[in-house]
Amino acid sequence: MSPLGEPLSRVDGKLKVTGSAKYSAEFEIPQLAYAVMVQSTIPSGRIARMDTSAAERIPGVVAVLKPGNALELPGAERRVSVLQDDLVHYDRQPVAVVVAETLEQAHHAASMVRVEYAKADAKLNFDAGFPTSYPGSHNGIPGDLSFGDVDAGLRQAEITIDQVYTTPIQHHNPMEPHATIAKWDGDHLSIHDATQHISGVQETLAKMFAIPKENVHVTCLFVGGGFGCKGQVWSHVILAALAAKQTNRPVKLVLERPQMFGPVGARPRTHQKLTLGATRDGKLTAIRHEVHANTSEIEDYLESSAFPTRVMYSCPNVATIHRLVPLNLGTPTYMRAPGVATGTYAVEVAMDELAYELEMDPLQLRLINYTDVDPHTKVPFSEKNLRGCYSRAADRFGWSKRSHGPQTMREGKLAIGWGMATETYPGKNLPAAALVRLQPDGTAVVASGTQEIGNGIYTVMTEVAADTLKMSPRLFTAVLGDTNLPPAPISAGSMTTASVGPAVREAALRLRSQLIAIASRDAQSPLHGADESDVELQDGKMFLRSAPGRSDNFKSLLARHGNRPVEASAQVKPGVNENQYSVHSFGAVFAEVAVDPDVRMVRVQRVVAVFDVGKVLNEKLGRSQFIGGIVWGISLALFEDTHVDWRNGRIINANLADYLVPVNRDIGEIDVSTLDIPDTKLDSLGARGIGEIGITGTGAAVANAVFHATGKRVRDLPITPDKLL
Amino acid sequence: MQPFKYRREENSAAAVAAIGQLEHSKFLAGGTNLIDLMKNGVERPAALVDINRLPLAKIEALPDGGVRLGALARNSDTANHPLVRERYPLLAYAILSGASPQLRNLATNGGNLLQRTRCPYFMDTGFAQCNKRDPGSGCGAIEGFNRMHAIFGTSEQCIATHPSDMCVALAALEARIVIMGPQGERIIPIAEFHRLPGDTPQSDTTLRPGELITSIDLPKSPYARHSHYLKIRDRSSYEFALVSVAAALELDGDTITSARLVLGGVAHKPWRLEQAEKILTGNKMERHLFAAAAHTGMEGAKTFRYNRYKVEMATRGIRQALGVAGGVA
Repeated sequence: MSPLGEPLSRVDGKLKVTGSAKYSAEFEIPQLAYAVMVQSTIPSGRIARMDTSAAERIPGVVAVLKPGNALELPGAERRVSVLQDDLVHYDRQPVAVVVAETLEQAHHAASMVRVEYAKADAKLNFDAGFPTSYPGSHNGIPGDLSFGDVDAGLRQAEITIDQVYTTPIQHHNPMEPHATIAKWDGDHLSIHDATQHISGVQETLAKMFAIPKENVHVTCLFVGGGFGCKGQVWSHVILAALAAKQTNRPVKLVLERPQMFGPVGARPRTHQKLTLGATRDGKLTAIRHEVHANTSEIEDYLESSAFPTRVMYSCPNVATIHRLVPLNLGTPTYMRAPGVATGTYAVEVAMDELAYELEMDPLQLRLINYTDVDPHTKVPFSEKNLRGCYSRAADRFGWSKRSHGPQTMREGKLAIGWGMATETYPGKNLPAAALVRLQPDGTAVVASGTQEIGNGIYTVMTEVAADTLKMSPRLFTAVLGDTNLPPAPISAGSMTTASVGPAVREAALRLRSQLIAIASRDAQSPLHGADESDVELQDGKMFLRSAPGRSDNFKSLLARHGNRPVEASAQVKPGVNENQYSVHSFGAVFAEVAVDPDVRMVRVQRVVAVFDVGKVLNEKLGRSQFIGGIVWGISLALFEDTHVDWRNGRIINANLADYLVPVNRDIGEIDVSTLDIPDTKLDSLGARGIGEIGITGTGAAVANAVFHATGKRVRDLPITPDKLL
Repeated sequence: MQPFKYRREENSAAAVAAIGQLEHSKFLAGGTNLIDLMKNGVERPAALVDINRLPLAKIEALPDGGVRLGALARNSDTANHPLVRERYPLLAYAILSGASPQLRNLATNGGNLLQRTRCPYFMDTGFAQCNKRDPGSGCGAIEGFNRMHAIFGTSEQCIATHPSDMCVALAALEARIVIMGPQGERIIPIAEFHRLPGDTPQSDTTLRPGELITSIDLPKSPYARHSHYLKIRDRSSYEFALVSVAAALELDGDTITSARLVLGGVAHKPWRLEQAEKILTGNKMERHLFAAAAHTGMEGAKTFRYNRYKVEMATRGIRQALGVAGGVA
């Protein structure tokens, strides 16, 4: 028996460590052909001529698809590059697809395709695009929102901070590259896809090929990391289906690492101008947060960096402004804590700067501006216990031993810096459905059309169902990642557990009622005539609370009822009323860095974070999520940077040797814990979601620690040794 | 990748003969660099001659007190060999600061000498310009993103750096590269092995076509006790140097009786600072001496838009490496 919250190991752990978990590229299909994309080497213009003759002569080549011979797609749209026209909108845009009998042949042939371009002027100057930038929205929420009177607030201010913070383009780089296998059977399409959203793939493909949604069957049993880049349906998914249709063969298309730098999303570049006004005693009088972020020429994606500014501090006058700067780059997209990771970096460094202007402890400044209500809507938070996070994290870190001045702490030769920041992420959920089925042999199935993106949802579904039916988790098989299952939302926005969990809970509760009802109607059952409210479940048995001796077990119950499975399903919709509660998770993060005083290499020695994220359904899985987020926050501060040659829009570090993410040696001790206070206003389980909050604030805590160690304020991420000289 | 012929040879003479017979052929040792470049389409050999079975993997003491490193000894085995650790700790540290354990387990000493630049304009055929990859096409880096590029010995044709850590230490230790070729054996001093780009940046070394590296010979060294390899980089492992410094001192009390100082990450070859070495020699170790050596060492540096920081970084690096080597940091 594993009550919720216990550190149950991943139910899919053995499959993963033995290599037997089947990822989307790993399905063996008879007659499979291999597709390789050819990509543009210019950022803007048109294809003047494409010579595919040499490629077509390579033995084993089945087809070379390009604009002109590729199938016309009824549902084609500008945002995807699916060979419908000869226009080029960004470097590394797919311009042809080679299909061959073997992967090697397809690769070789792809390298033989000769493309001549007619170049057009490309928009690649980010700053120059500011005057013609335009407003946008993020998930339907407008990018511009103000309350109070910021100008008046700034006039009242005795201290003002006015700085620009910039963050570079970043790429997700999950270990598993994007991968699709497509197979047609008449006008029915089967897809194995590495995706965070099987229903999204289903809908998009149905639209593209103008076939009923029911004709598209999408499966995805495991995702080897998505982090946002597998949330959208990008060109390659459609190209795989197109190639399969046109060649009348099942086709597999797997992106190579360099191919993932362009056509499958990125975190856009941001330029964030922060103006803070405060009184001498530290009370914020105004915050103005103006963001410029790039998007592409073919689709708008807004990096909502100023969104967290709307909820973090008690301040009567707040202006949040976002402007989109379209460039000839691949379309940016959601990346772990979209908007919030980059935005909390800027706001929380600005707060640190304000603390130094005020000669005040940075933590004290946060406490002075603490808010129990949403500063914009003035409604209370569904649950907010951030004070508890601050105090516990400060204790665990030893913050009280900090000396305030920069360059005042040393450890041998190394300069030591301590920095802190607030973390935040919205609590969200979406409608989700699930089913739970009890089998005659006493085992059970729990199923939902969600995706396992490494978040542990196989395990969470198992735990929730087992907890509700009071059965051992070992008796459950969790099934997901199939569009034939009850639908669930995209696995993103830290909302999978808060969406799918309650649906499983509800389905299991209905199954429980059904089982009790069957027993109650059954003259042979010791529970005959029992009232549901008097029945308790334990270890696969039902018994009466009023007479514990009267019990029946699931197996014999089902044996008496034709040995047929009993199943129940449920769909659950989010219950929170936004006019009543504002739902956000919060946390506090403290970081220690050691900086070599001469050559300025920075090492993060310690991070302590305490989170207020509602109920944590599995302590072990939760810990991993927080640590992963924090590592990424360190990476945001010190390492990640997609280098673009701005002359021609080509990314020059499109590989994992030159696109830096931390190695083990870059990461010191990470201490995470949670308050574990359920938030039942969002969902029945009280869980608010934990996938993204770890990266928020962490970048700022590290940056603030670097300032504390060196006295140097780097406002342009990442903080590399050259910037600290 | 372009299809290629593959032949495996068992001895050096046969390998040299094979490479002479097969057109556009290359030796294949660890393959950690060559195979990547073949996948990228940068290298397109018509044939590979696999030399992994050649008996060149030994590490052995030489009668003069030096050590012979077999060309096919793996980087990991070399760095961890007792003879190398005792007599040339500088080399051991330099090797271990390069790449990752997985790569070092495969990469060979000869291959390390021959690894090609990490210049992104060279590594990616999607860029039209690279005089090293496609002579006469221009240099993408001079006006491009050149944060990692050279500040010494550049030409108008090429500003690439040599990426090796091992070779920086070899330059400080005055290694001799032993070569077998169609005309027999010859020895190239490490200082003459790698070349500056000049007007022929496509040639990284003075190795002639068909020649095979058989060993790296290290002369007896007085620097085992006082040396340091400092690698300044963007992350703490699996990353190329922004700037690296090999510093080796021979001391009599506080007085430097001889010195070797070589920079990595700043030129098309390991960049030895002989003038700085002269300044150090015969003087007492002091902060201002190290600063003077660093100052002299950096004279003549020519920076580009994104690599101006390298002068200051190298200056600080030299001071620190000398201090650590001398035990006075």
